[in-house]
Amino acid sequence: MSAEEMTMEAVKIEPDRGKTGALLSIQDLRVWFELRRFGFGRAGYVRAVDGVSFDLGRGEAIAIVGESGCGKSSLMKTILGLYRPTRGKVIFDNEDLTEKGTEGMRWYRSHVGYVQQDPYGALAPFMTVQRILEEPMIIGGVRSKGDRLKRTHDVMEIVKLFPIEDFLGKYPHMLSGGQQQRVVIARAMIMKPNFIVADEPVSMLDASVRVEILKLLRGLQETHNLSVIYITHDLSTVSYFSERIFVMYAGQLVEKASVSRLLNNPSHPYTLALLNGTSDPDAKNALTFKEVPPGEPPSLVNPPEGCRFHPRCSKMIKGTCDVKMPPEFLPEADHQVSCWLFQ
Amino acid sequence: MADTKLLNVKKLLLHFRTQHGPVQAVDGIDFDLDYNRAVVVLGESGCGKTTLAKAILRLLPRNVEKYSGQVFLSGKDIMQLTDEEFRLSVRWAGISMVPQAAMNALNPVLRVGDQIFEPASIHLGMKRGDALQLALKMFQHVGVPADFINRYPFELSGGMRQRVAIAMALITSPSLIILDEPTSALDVLTQANIFNVLKRIKKELGTSFILITHDIATSSELADDVAVMYAGQIVETGDSTRFFPQPLHPYSQKLMASVPRLRGEKKLEFIVGQPPSLINPPTGCRFAERCAQRFARCDQEPLVIQKDGRTVKCWLYN
Amino acid sequence: MNALKNSFREILRYPSAIAGLVAVLLLVAVAVYAMIAIPYSKAIELWRGGEEVWYTNPKFAPPAWINFFRSKKLPESFHANSADGKMEKVVTPGSQDTTEVKLSYTFDFEADEYPQELMVYFNTTYQDKIPFASISLFTPDGREIRVADTGLAHQQNIRFSQEARLVNRYGGGQQQLVMQGLFSDPKAATPTPLKGKYQLVITGTTFEAGSDINADFVFHGQVSGLAGTDMYRRDLMVALLWGAPIALAFGLLASLGISITTLIIAAVGAWYGGWVDEFIQRITEVNMVLPFLPILIMIGTFFNRSIWTILGATIALSIFGGQIKALRATFLQLRESMYIEAARAYGASNMRIIFQYMIPRMIPLIIPQLVGGVAGFVFLEATLAVLGLGDPTLPTWGKIINDAESNGALYNGYYYWILEPSVLLMFTGLGFALLGFSLDRIFNPRLRGM
Repeated sequence: MSAEEMTMEAVKIEPDRGKTGALLSIQDLRVWFELRRFGFGRAGYVRAVDGVSFDLGRGEAIAIVGESGCGKSSLMKTILGLYRPTRGKVIFDNEDLTEKGTEGMRWYRSHVGYVQQDPYGALAPFMTVQRILEEPMIIGGVRSKGDRLKRTHDVMEIVKLFPIEDFLGKYPHMLSGGQQQRVVIARAMIMKPNFIVADEPVSMLDASVRVEILKLLRGLQETHNLSVIYITHDLSTVSYFSERIFVMYAGQLVEKASVSRLLNNPSHPYTLALLNGTSDPDAKNALTFKEVPPGEPPSLVNPPEGCRFHPRCSKMIKGTCDVKMPPEFLPEADHQVSCWLFQ
Repeated sequence: MADTKLLNVKKLLLHFRTQHGPVQAVDGIDFDLDYNRAVVVLGESGCGKTTLAKAILRLLPRNVEKYSGQVFLSGKDIMQLTDEEFRLSVRWAGISMVPQAAMNALNPVLRVGDQIFEPASIHLGMKRGDALQLALKMFQHVGVPADFINRYPFELSGGMRQRVAIAMALITSPSLIILDEPTSALDVLTQANIFNVLKRIKKELGTSFILITHDIATSSELADDVAVMYAGQIVETGDSTRFFPQPLHPYSQKLMASVPRLRGEKKLEFIVGQPPSLINPPTGCRFAERCAQRFARCDQEPLVIQKDGRTVKCWLYN
Repeated sequence: MNALKNSFREILRYPSAIAGLVAVLLLVAVAVYAMIAIPYSKAIELWRGGEEVWYTNPKFAPPAWINFFRSKKLPESFHANSADGKMEKVVTPGSQDTTEVKLSYTFDFEADEYPQELMVYFNTTYQDKIPFASISLFTPDGREIRVADTGLAHQQNIRFSQEARLVNRYGGGQQQLVMQGLFSDPKAATPTPLKGKYQLVITGTTFEAGSDINADFVFHGQVSGLAGTDMYRRDLMVALLWGAPIALAFGLLASLGISITTLIIAAVGAWYGGWVDEFIQRITEVNMVLPFLPILIMIGTFFNRSIWTILGATIALSIFGGQIKALRATFLQLRESMYIEAARAYGASNMRIIFQYMIPRMIPLIIPQLVGGVAGFVFLEATLAVLGLGDPTLPTWGKIINDAESNGALYNGYYYWILEPSVLLMFTGLGFALLGFSLDRIFNPRLRGM
C-alpha cells in the first residue's frame, strides 16, 4: 500500500459496515410552512415538501436534482433536523426522528455532516480553522482536548489540507475557495458521521476546483462507506458522483432511478426537459434551439390539480393528468416514475 | 484582405492602483470579432475577463493606473474619442452591456417599462410614447409578455428579470452586446430559455456578442469563436468547432478536461495550484508553473502563434 | 489577535486618531499618578479635611504660576515649621530650669501686592508653668515691629491682623489694612510694598524642664500652589488629579456596562424572536420616551447621591435605547448567515450560537461608540455634580465647578477655579471623541477610506 493509502486506512471512519437495512427512510414526508396573514383571510401553506418517500442505503450516494423553488432545500433541512416535518416520518437508523426530543435531535444533528454551498459563508469569519473544526466536537461531547486534537488532525489529512499545522491557524479569508470548501467538508466529517448532506457543494467554485472537490467527496464516500445525499441543479455532475438520481418538482419526487438508467432511459417529461436543457461543450449547440417547456414552476401555495407538471407538459393527457395525482409506476426495475404515461 | 471586422482589439491594457501595488488585470489583449458572430471569453475567476469588458466600454473605476491600447469598432478607433463622444456614440449606441447579476441591478422602485425607456431617450432621443413602443418590440424579441411592461421588478422571476436586462441592452440596436455571466444564477431551464433568446436575437437582428463566462458547457450554446483568458492575457483563440474537441493551449486542455459531461463517460481532471497574482505576474509564460509540458523556453514570454486561423500563446506550437 | 494588531496600525494612519489616543493616554497617566501619589483613603481624608489639614493655605488663591502672566507679582504662600527644622531654633538653657527658645525665620518679600495674612501657630509642651513668647518682625529697612507678647497655652494661634497693637499702629484701626501697614515703605506717600529680606523672630521662655516651644509660621500670600485653593483652603490639585480616575472609571464602567448589556439583550431578542423579541422592543420603546436627565435628578434628589447609585441608574436607563434597535437589525441579518445555519445543523445550542457565533461578530461594531460614549458619561457625571447632585464626598471635576459656582467664583473673579476643571473636562471629551471617530472609521467598513 502507498503511504497515502495507509493513511486512509488508519483514519477510516466506518461506523456502519456490517449493518443492514436502510440508513435513512423517508416516508410520505410533508413539510408545510404556514403563511401568516394579517386580518381576515385564510392563511395558506407553502407546501415545500409534499409527499416525498425514499430509502437511503448505507454507503449509498443519491443525487436530488431540481430547479430552485422545487423544495429540495426544505427537504434537505428537514433531513438535517433543522425543520420539523408537518406530516410523515423520517427514520434514521431505525429510530423515528419525529419522536425525538430536543436532546435527541441534537445528538442526531451532530452525527449528520452538512456541506454547504457557499464555502466562505459557511465558515465563521472570526474563527480559526482549528476552532471551526473543534466546535462540532465540543457540542457533540468529545470532552478530552487530546481526542479533539487527534480527530482534527485525522480529518485534515482526509481532506488533504497540508501542511496541517499551517492551515489550523488560518482564518477563512486567508484560504482559497477550494481550500475553504475542504474545511467545510472536514467539519462535516469530524464527528464520524454515517451520512452527509451536500447542498450544491461545488456550484460556487471555479470550474477546475469543482473537479477536485467532487473527487474528494467521492473518494471519502467510497473509503468511509458514507451515505451521501447530494443536492444540485447541475445534472452534468451527477454521473460522477452518485448511484441514484431523484428528480424533484414542486415538492415531489417525480422520477427515481439509478444514474445509468435515468440517463439512458429518461422517462418523466420534466426529466427529459432537464436533460435537454443541460449542455455539454459541443460547438453544434450554437446551431440549434433548445426545446424548453413553457411557463414556470408552479407556486407551492396553490399547486395545480393532479400532476403538478401538467400545465407545462406537451404530452399531457386531458382528463387524467389534470385531475388525478399520478402514483409511482415502474417502467423497468429500479426505476420509478410518477407519470400517467407509464400506466 | 477581409472587410473591416466589427471589433478589433489591439494591445488593450488596464492596470489598477491598489494598496499592494498595481493590479495588471488586462495585460495586452488582442482579439477580433466579426459581424454577427459571438465570441465567448472563457476563464476562471480572477483572470480579468470582467475587467476586459469594462476596458472595452471604458467603464473605469477611480484607481486606474494605466489604460492604453486600440479598440477599432467598425474600423474606427474608439480609444481616441473623448469621454463625452464615447458616451454618446459608443456606449449603448454601438456596444451595450448586460453586466453580472443585471437582474438584481434593476431599480426596484421603477416599473420595468420605465427603466427601458431611459436608454432609448438618452441615446435615441425618443419621446416616451415611441420609446414604449420600442420597448414592447424588444420584449417580443426577448420573450417577455407585453403586459409585463407595467410591472415592478420584484413581481418578475429571475429569468424574466434577466430578459428585461437583455431588452434594455437591445433597445438602441447596438451591433455588439457584451454579456457578463448572463445565466450564472439561473436554473437549467431558464438558462436554456435565455440562450434561446440570445440565439434568436443573433439570427433576427444580426447582433454580435461577447459572452463572458466561466461556465464552459453552456457557453457552447452561443459561441462561434472562443477566446481563453488566463492571468490577464488571452492564451488561445479559435473557432468553436475546432476548439471544443481539440483545444491547443495546455491551460485550455486542462480546462476542457475539467468540464463534467452529461453524456459520455470522461475522466475528469483538475489543475493543481492556483492562478498567479495579478499584482506581480511572473515573467515568461504565466501558466508555466502549473503546466505539465513546460520546458526551458517557457521562461520567456511566449509569442502569439498563428495556426490555421487559430492563435495560441505557447512555445509548444512554435 | 492579528486583527487587533492590524486595527492598531490602521489607527495610526489617522492624525486625529493619534491626537485622541495621546489625549486618552495622558489622562490615564494622570489617573494612575493620582492613585499612586495620593492613595484613595488619603485623598478622601484630605478632601474632607478642615482647618487642621489646610490651615497653611489661603482661601480663594489662584495658582502660583499666574505670576508668570502678571506684571505686578502676587506674593506666594509658604509656611515654616520649627518642628521640621524649617525655622531656625536655638535653645539656650538659663537659670533655674528656664530655657530660652529663640526661633527665627528669614524670608524674601519681592511681590508687588500685600499678603492676605500672617499667622504663627504655637505648639508647646509643659506641665504647669505656661511658657511665654514674644514675636517681632524685622523689616529690610531695619525696623523692628513688635507683634505680640503672650503666654502660650498648648495651642496658641497668633493672627497678625487681629493683634490689637498692630491694628492700631499699622492698620489705622482696620484689620484689613494691617498687612498693608506691615509691609509698606513708611517713607512712601502712597502704599508701596517694601521689598527685601524680612525676618520673623520669636523669643520664648520656658519655665520647666522638658518644656518646649514649637511654632509654625504661616504666610498666606495671594497665590498658592499649582492649582489654587478653594473656600475651604483646599489645594485644588487634589481634586483635579483625583477627578481623572473617577471620571475615567465612571465613563468606562457606564459605557462598557451599557454596551455589553445592550449587545446581549439585542442578540437574545433577535435570535429567539417571538414574544421575547416583542417584549424587549416594547420595553425599549417605553424607555426611549422617558426623560433621562430629569429621572437621574429625581433619583439624586430623593433617594441617594452616591456615585454607585447614579452609575447604576445611568446604565439601567441607557440600556434600552436606540442602540438596541440598531443592533437588533444587524443581528436579524446575521441570523440568516450560512455559518449559523451550519452551527444549528451540527447541533449548537441557542446560547452557544448567541454568545459564540453572533456576538463576537458584532464586537468590532460596538467598539467605536463604546469609546466615544465615555466622553458623554464623563460629562453626565460632571453635569449632575454641577447641579448639586453629585456625590458630595468625592473630589471630582464637577464638584469643583459646583463649589466654584456656589461661592460666586465668576462674580468674584476666581476664574482659575472654573477654568481648570472645565479645561480638563473638555480635554477628556475631545480625546475620547477623536479616538471614537477614528475607531469608527476603522471598524465600520462603510466609512473606510474617508
